[in-house]
Amino acid sequence: MPKPFTPKVITANALLEGDVIYQTASGWTRNLAEAEVLTDEADADLRMIDALTQHELVVGVYLADVAPETGGPRPTHFREEFRAKGPSNYAHGKQETL
Amino acid sequence: MYSYTEFDDKFLAERNAQFRAQVERRIDGSLTEDEFKPLRLMNGLYLQLHAYMLRVAIPYGTLNSAQMDQLAYVAEKWDKGYGHFTTRQNIQYNWPELRDVPDMLDALAEVKLHAIQTSGNTIRNVTADHFAGAAADEVADPRPVAELIRQWSTDHPEFQFLPRKFKVAVTGAAADRAVIKAHDIGLRIVERDGEQGFEVIVGGGLGRTPMIGKVLYDFVSADDLLPTLEAIVSVYNVLGRRDNKYKARIKITVHENGIEDIRARVDAQYALIRSQFTGVDQQMLSRIEADFAAPQFKTAPLAAFEAAYTNDPVFRAWADTNLADHRAPGYAIVSISLKAHGATPGDASADQMRVMADLARRFGHDELRISHEQNVILPHVHRNDLPELHAALKAAKLATANIGLISDIIACPGMDYCALATARSIPIAQEIATRFDDLKLEHDVGPLKIKISGCINACGHHHVGHIGILGLDRAGVENYQITLGGDGTETASIGERAGPGFSAEEIIPAIERLVLGYLDLRNDPAETFLQTYRRLGLAPFKAALYPEAQANAA
Repeated sequence: MPKPFTPKVITANALLEGDVIYQTASGWTRNLAEAEVLTDEADADLRMIDALTQHELVVGVYLADVAPETGGPRPTHFREEFRAKGPSNYAHGKQETL
Repeated sequence: MYSYTEFDDKFLAERNAQFRAQVERRIDGSLTEDEFKPLRLMNGLYLQLHAYMLRVAIPYGTLNSAQMDQLAYVAEKWDKGYGHFTTRQNIQYNWPELRDVPDMLDALAEVKLHAIQTSGNTIRNVTADHFAGAAADEVADPRPVAELIRQWSTDHPEFQFLPRKFKVAVTGAAADRAVIKAHDIGLRIVERDGEQGFEVIVGGGLGRTPMIGKVLYDFVSADDLLPTLEAIVSVYNVLGRRDNKYKARIKITVHENGIEDIRARVDAQYALIRSQFTGVDQQMLSRIEADFAAPQFKTAPLAAFEAAYTNDPVFRAWADTNLADHRAPGYAIVSISLKAHGATPGDASADQMRVMADLARRFGHDELRISHEQNVILPHVHRNDLPELHAALKAAKLATANIGLISDIIACPGMDYCALATARSIPIAQEIATRFDDLKLEHDVGPLKIKISGCINACGHHHVGHIGILGLDRAGVENYQITLGGDGTETASIGERAGPGFSAEEIIPAIERLVLGYLDLRNDPAETFLQTYRRLGLAPFKAALYPEAQANAA
């Protein structure tokens, strides 16, 4: 039996700045809390196709697991936690503005 | 220092103009990422976890003060005011924006620096002993031949699409400070019957399958070097495994075919191509050698040095750890530690870069080096200038007296920056350094090399650390494996895995147990960690690391 589909967001890097972005219902955001959570596999496939066509805006599109919470989706893996926040040795990256 | 010819300047300007056009075409949508990626990688531009990363080559680790000043300028203008010096004598900028990269490359070209072949399946930046041209134990300065290899390998038409990346390191001394046995090709300048030539080692490498290089030839004469290198890379280019990325490095080619088979193939290829090398390379080499002529060393009294050494304990501690023997009387090689306790190994701020450039101008014959251990070297400083130099370093937080000690840790960027990483390295290095500084044990422990990699690719050289730490992802949690007894010098060996890994919380106490265990095990304070390990083997160290297993067995 295939594994059940777990909630995900579509993430990538912005072409010009290189920073981490997430897909929303209507575009892209830098803030994971604002990302659109995908709970249906067929829907996620369609959204991926849409994201992959935007190669003039984004690079390295993929689906990342999240835990949907009231304040918005949260990363479930530590790699995604770092991507959502920035490095741990300096307060650079997203944590500068979040 | 190599001075660019008109040809070099033109080549670099053209290359940068090409890349500028490629970036423009990517931004306007005429190139897809799949089309653009190989182009940006050829010019040192990666896309990492949080941003792009530009890797700039510092050929054989040598810089002059103007170049260091320009690295500072680039860091300030287009990055976040700092740069990261790497284990391959490069510098990485962690935060450039795509649109700015062509301007950064043009600014670097003004001081004859570039990012060519710092990525991709090509011959990478040629590294060398960071004490080159200064070390007391040197047969000859390895940098002229390293520059020759840089010129030969840059844009070499046959070697732009090798099965995998290819790294060459050169040393001119018997003491190996360039880790030549862990490179695809390692070269050591040797003398035989009064003639200088090269010992050629192939098939070393770290990563997923660590291997110590094997001697292919124990003596190759100077004029045979380039044809020999060309024959080796040519054989590898055909024979290397392109079917499996993990088996594509020359270490696997040598391992699978055997060194005798490789030697026979290289001999045959050499015979085929030797006549194409008409001696022009040797004429170029003599011009390059003139560029690397030693500076005019001065003779001066040592009174200021001796007074500071006697009266200032902070200066004395620094002089005892951070100086190395120079070949000229009265001179010393100064290692500037980029490993202040708690700081990120290898990082320097733009201000610190400018201080180091200024000190090189004032006291160091305008020369700086970047070591693979992520420190900066002033290779030629007269001892009498050291007190003034030390005071300036102290003011810039660059006077940490820890070269070769437990806090002089190599660490790759790890998952704080790198897209390939499986765990973080930097915080582990920071915490180990801070912990042993608190314990005030560092100088009692003595020479000890800890090397940390955040993934199996081993940019942090963990396999050749006396203590190696490898960060992995174990079921979604950072986990750190320890290897012991590695050595990256002329007595190279690959570390042995000590046992099960530790969590991020457990790893610092584990290292502390291990080091305290060593203090109990050593015969006397002069017996280093590595010597003690080689005398006793893994078992007593393992017992110190895993006291619970010990208790359960009892």
